[in-house]
Amino acid sequence: MKRAILLSAKDTVATALQAVLAGENVEVADRQNRICDRLTARSPIPQGHKIALREMAAGEKIIKYGQVIGQSSDPIHRGDWVHTHNMESLRGRGDLV
Amino acid sequence: MKLKLFAREDGRYGVRNRIAVIPTVACVNHLAEQIAAGVEIADAYTHPYGCDQLGFDRELSFHCLERMGSHPNVGAVLVVGLGCEEIDAEELEQAIRQHRTRTSSMIMQQTGGTTFCVEKGIEICKQFAAQLAKDERVETEISHLTIGVECGGSDFSSGIASNPAVGVFTEKLCAAGGKVVFGETTELMGAENLLRPLCQRQETYEFIVQSIQKMEQTALDLKVDLRGTQPSPGNIAGGLSTIEEKSLGGICKIGSAPIVDAVPFGGAATKAGVTFVDTPGNDLACSLGLSAAGAQIILFTTGRGTPMGFAAAPVLKLTANGTIYERMKENFDLDLSGILTGDLSVDQAGQQIFEMVCKTAEGAESAAETLGHREFSLYRISPVLT
Repeated sequence: MKRAILLSAKDTVATALQAVLAGENVEVADRQNRICDRLTARSPIPQGHKIALREMAAGEKIIKYGQVIGQSSDPIHRGDWVHTHNMESLRGRGDLV
Repeated sequence: MKLKLFAREDGRYGVRNRIAVIPTVACVNHLAEQIAAGVEIADAYTHPYGCDQLGFDRELSFHCLERMGSHPNVGAVLVVGLGCEEIDAEELEQAIRQHRTRTSSMIMQQTGGTTFCVEKGIEICKQFAAQLAKDERVETEISHLTIGVECGGSDFSSGIASNPAVGVFTEKLCAAGGKVVFGETTELMGAENLLRPLCQRQETYEFIVQSIQKMEQTALDLKVDLRGTQPSPGNIAGGLSTIEEKSLGGICKIGSAPIVDAVPFGGAATKAGVTFVDTPGNDLACSLGLSAAGAQIILFTTGRGTPMGFAAAPVLKLTANGTIYERMKENFDLDLSGILTGDLSVDQAGQQIFEMVCKTAEGAESAAETLGHREFSLYRISPVLT
């Protein structure tokens, strides 16, 4: 089964260690290699990219490393690919000034 | 633990014993390159500046060139000037002479044409080389090492694997009394929460946060979204969606080692432990800032792959991206992809890095050195006024 890594227990996304196809099952393991979740990818996820671990409304904080890495710009479903198309940065946003 | 290094006149120790050929202005870059090409252990510190520079901008360039000429890896220096630039070759040589005895300078307008100057420069450097060949390494404590940690062309693997492995190294070297320097201020944006508990003093934390705010303000003043340069298109293709995500991966390079000091660009690391240097994320400018702070070796993690070396210090390339390692193998010093496949622990990787740094300090060539990557640049901080 394809594998994703969870860096902190608080995280709302995991990082896919291999490329994942839509519909494929993904096993989520923590840094100690303990399986902590299993889910189905709703979209293709390139290697190293993020998969959503839960449902998120637009404007929700996204957590990785136990810290805020940005927020959702659209609603995100569990199993979705999370990247620049559906999340944005909260820092250095001169375009919003 | 002891290492064999080159003792310098000013009490510092070098891991290399090379000749720096430093042009004071871009007009004489070709001379510097031709002179360095004629002597095996000479490097040309070419850059596009040295002219049309005023005030603090001129002072920073002068200071950085002085720091390169007096870098512990440099055993002899030839300063090459044109004769009409603001950075005066003789003044620079005098400043370097406070730290080094083997120095010389040559001003083209007072010497002759390209051919004559190149011949004369090679002759001077060959005399230096004969003297340097007699220098021997002496055994000294590992605490004399200052190691720069930097990342470039980051991807998902950097924050998960190679940077945490460097973090283990950082903890080990600091525990042994050594120094580690890091910069890339822009790439700390979003990692402030993790920096705060590592800073030993409140002033250090405040200096770092103010440095980050200055960088962020630039994006706000330009009315642009930082995304596009931070993260870069390569970072984004590699899975990093925002600067916060990139920063949180980047900060893993210092592990949980104490941040004991924070200095502006051009400042020196003087205390055992980790020192922050306010540098841009740009790889060459960061390498300059870390070397100027005293780094004798730079540990450089990458996920996308980059060949860059640096004139004053060996740059060691590490990646945990197995695909890019296979594609650009000759550019790498260490393959850490085993961390992602479960074949190598982060602690084991940190130990491998420690051993590699010790070997490099005692003379083993980095991949970048073997391939002739000895890049250099200055960091300019003001607009052109002429």
